[in-house]
Amino acid sequence: MWKYVLKKILLAVPVLLGITIIDYAIMSLAGSPLDMMVGPRVSEAALASRAAQWGLDQPVYVQYWNWLMELLHGNLGYSYKSYQPVAELIGSHIGPTLLLMGVSMVLGLLIAVPAGIYSAVHRYEKRDYAVVSASFLFSSIPGFFLSLILIYFLNVRLGLLPSSGMSTAGTGGDALDIIRHLIMPSIVLAVGVAGGNIRYIRSAVLEILEMDYLRTARAKGMGRKIVIRRHALRNALLPIVTVIGMQIPTLFGGAVIVEQMFSWPGLGLVTMSAVTGRDYPVIMGVCLLSAVVVLASNLLTDILYAVVDPTIKY
Amino acid sequence: MKHKTHFGMIARRFMKHKMAVICLVLLVILIVLALLAPVIAPYSPTKPSGKFSSPPSSEHILGTDKIGRDMYSRILYATQVSLEVGFLATLISTVVGVVLGLISGYFGGAVDKAIMSFTDMVMSFPYILLVLVAAAIFQPGKWSIILILGFVDWPGVARLVRGNVLSLRETNFVKSDITSGMPRRYILFSEILPNTIAPVLVYATSVFALSILDEAALSYLGMGVQPPTPSLGNLLNGAESLSVLTGKPWLWVPAGAVIILLVMCINFVGDALRDALDPRNE
Repeated sequence: MWKYVLKKILLAVPVLLGITIIDYAIMSLAGSPLDMMVGPRVSEAALASRAAQWGLDQPVYVQYWNWLMELLHGNLGYSYKSYQPVAELIGSHIGPTLLLMGVSMVLGLLIAVPAGIYSAVHRYEKRDYAVVSASFLFSSIPGFFLSLILIYFLNVRLGLLPSSGMSTAGTGGDALDIIRHLIMPSIVLAVGVAGGNIRYIRSAVLEILEMDYLRTARAKGMGRKIVIRRHALRNALLPIVTVIGMQIPTLFGGAVIVEQMFSWPGLGLVTMSAVTGRDYPVIMGVCLLSAVVVLASNLLTDILYAVVDPTIKY
Repeated sequence: MKHKTHFGMIARRFMKHKMAVICLVLLVILIVLALLAPVIAPYSPTKPSGKFSSPPSSEHILGTDKIGRDMYSRILYATQVSLEVGFLATLISTVVGVVLGLISGYFGGAVDKAIMSFTDMVMSFPYILLVLVAAAIFQPGKWSIILILGFVDWPGVARLVRGNVLSLRETNFVKSDITSGMPRRYILFSEILPNTIAPVLVYATSVFALSILDEAALSYLGMGVQPPTPSLGNLLNGAESLSVLTGKPWLWVPAGAVIILLVMCINFVGDALRDALDPRNE
């Protein structure tokens, strides 16, 4: 088992390196961050010294190599804009994003898992069609449009919920206040999670319901409900675990847009402003972090698989 | 003749999905309306034709925007642009994915390893991050968004095709081709490719739906299709302001509704197509 985990980690390293190379290549294709500084009040000499300070006067591969070496020493570099260390910048914004992603994922699965199972158990009945249609609707609403609708009804019309930030300005932001701010953005993300997964869980459960051992259980005279509860659902855990792993990159992507819509002070906001301001070290930091998270969640899925399904051996 | 009955069988299975049939009809109507935009649009999509921000009336059935452009005409053209972006992005990613998947699956070995690890890299990238970085870097606009989405969506197709090729290679008809010394080109393009078209087609519908959603999100954020060219995403751009959101629903509700309708119809049709093309569904 540990050997397997170690092997997986070692396999992930070249993938990670590859991702950083692609990132760096795309960014340098784009143009220099110095372009953003050019203006009537900035002298040539100032630009040149900035370039030298940031190492931008060197060829791209040297720049990348320097970045990589610094990374191995635990240094992600400094933001071009705020001069803050990138690690610190990410560290101070990752909390809200994790909170938002975690709550949305739990909420989304709380909708998707029961709905998917319900739909599979009542296959080809009216309620099955209703659930499947709802899941199609969920995955067809653009996140930003759903955000607009929610803001319109819950904030503007009914005045129930705040529409931006993580806590009311001026207050310290107690738990209740944060929860009130969290509701709308997490609904938007959860709807996306639910939409994609209801059908996935439905078909996973359907596949299990057709297995021989379930037919045997039925033939033994066990009641339908007991069969489903005791045999089918336990085996449906496996695909559900996979779903959680697959969700993470999508959720992160969704979070970037949703944070923008609700001014949620997380990594998504940092990313957007870094992207528009060509703040390379910050972009590289976020890309690296997200790649690590994605690879780690893949690994975690594999491990959970082994835990949930005792027949898998390494 | 055999082909005809095969097609007939698929059509018959597809027709069983009532929602999908309705959606297909709606989709065709939307596509025709969008394509005929230059003919049926009552006004120019880019030139003012009425009062500023006037609500729906008999002259402007969906009202006008803040500089007096007819919203109905703008939505027609926007649908055309969004469909075009979605379609071309899907076409690019499907072609790239099919080619890489074919090569990877058929040749195996080092080529396969190299292609698949590249695929893994692109896949373990938070998709929107790649798109955002690329969109910020290249001049935003219709063509760059098409290329970006096209080159981000292919890994799923590549994996699908590779898996199919691997299993097809073990079938007797391909094995007999190999032993009888058929040229590689023939085996790849005349034997293997036609047999992977069905799943690729189904997958492509979901890529199409996703591309339309992504285009909308990016254009909404100002990183996609640039005004004055209308797209379903950038039409919604103005809704960020509170006065538009609360007082001028005609400026944002119809465009959003068209996105949902388009994407939902494509998803339903794709789902029914999956069922209809699945050989296990006898």
